[in-house]
Amino acid sequence: MTLVHELSLAQAIADTTARYADGRPVSSVQVRIGYFRQVVPDSLQFAWELLTDDSVLAGAVLAVEHVPAVVACAGCGAHSQLDLPVLACGACGGTDVTMESGDEFMIEAIDVAEVA
Amino acid sequence: MGRFHTHTDGTVHTHHDDGHRHEHRDVGDHRGYTETGTVRVEVLEQLLSENDRVAAENRRTLRDAGVRSVNLMSSPGAGKTTLLRETLRRLGDGLRIGVVEGDIATSIDADRLVDFAHSVSLVNTSAGFGGECHLDAVMVRAGLQDLPLDDLDLVVIENVGNLVCPAEFDVGEDAKVMVFSVTEGEDKPLKYPVMFRSCELVLVNKVDLLPHLDFELDRFLDHLCAVNPAADVMLISARTGEGVDAWCDRLRRARG
Repeated sequence: MTLVHELSLAQAIADTTARYADGRPVSSVQVRIGYFRQVVPDSLQFAWELLTDDSVLAGAVLAVEHVPAVVACAGCGAHSQLDLPVLACGACGGTDVTMESGDEFMIEAIDVAEVA
Repeated sequence: MGRFHTHTDGTVHTHHDDGHRHEHRDVGDHRGYTETGTVRVEVLEQLLSENDRVAAENRRTLRDAGVRSVNLMSSPGAGKTTLLRETLRRLGDGLRIGVVEGDIATSIDADRLVDFAHSVSLVNTSAGFGGECHLDAVMVRAGLQDLPLDDLDLVVIENVGNLVCPAEFDVGEDAKVMVFSVTEGEDKPLKYPVMFRSCELVLVNKVDLLPHLDFELDRFLDHLCAVNPAADVMLISARTGEGVDAWCDRLRRARG
């Protein structure tokens, strides 16, 4: 089941990439994915290779930046990185926290060959 | 969400995320972006932007028809279809309810509901890529097209049983509701935080089984609260009917 999840995401990345590449060869795709998105890195890479293998995107590197989940605490002001998906301050344990990162799900840029 | 930028040679352009292609391949000098030979093209699109665009369309379609909608999600076997059948039995006289039934391959669930709902539209997700484990906005759009929206008050979208994928895909619903059964284990919110965070209401089902299980309800509720402090909780048993009337009242109030 989980791989199918990554397949859908890889397909979405491939579709968007193809749209922006506009026919030019793509060497890499930069993606930012937050910890809270529950994407399995290896599964995503596997799905990407599976999907792009026989396509115009064959060989394009999927460069994924996995962004840690960080919360800011309204109580003590600390910024802490979460190891568990529990919305609580790592310093004081307070639960009045706001997420600063970890929700990312963004295709940032693609590198394409320059067409002379 | 256009992205306006200027190149060193003074040319400017805007990137769009609405199907617009990057039309300036010969315009401007991009070499400063990366090493010579490749050009970096800014995309800055949400990964599921195409899905989200169609979801917004679905939301508009439903709103224009005056129909409220609920996206019902759970793991396989948590009791979505039984709950839905009991819900339709109770509300069927007063509320005109359409169902979009997502299933990987069969019509078994849809067949169980067809006598109780105003109308049922089956979306077999195997028509998508390799048997999708969730409904996405495009599939729901197709499902909605098969329903007489002008004759309905409420649409319930019964998602494919899965705790991972459905949470990521906005389909245009007003509310995401999760059915969680006490046979599943207290730590599920920590294992599937995306799903539990996405819901405004968690229906804790099969509570009639609690005396026979080691399931600790308080521990589950603590975990749920840790992941999604804003979630409402209702204890129900679709089998005995416990709590189902309260859930139905909530649906009635949500109408219009």
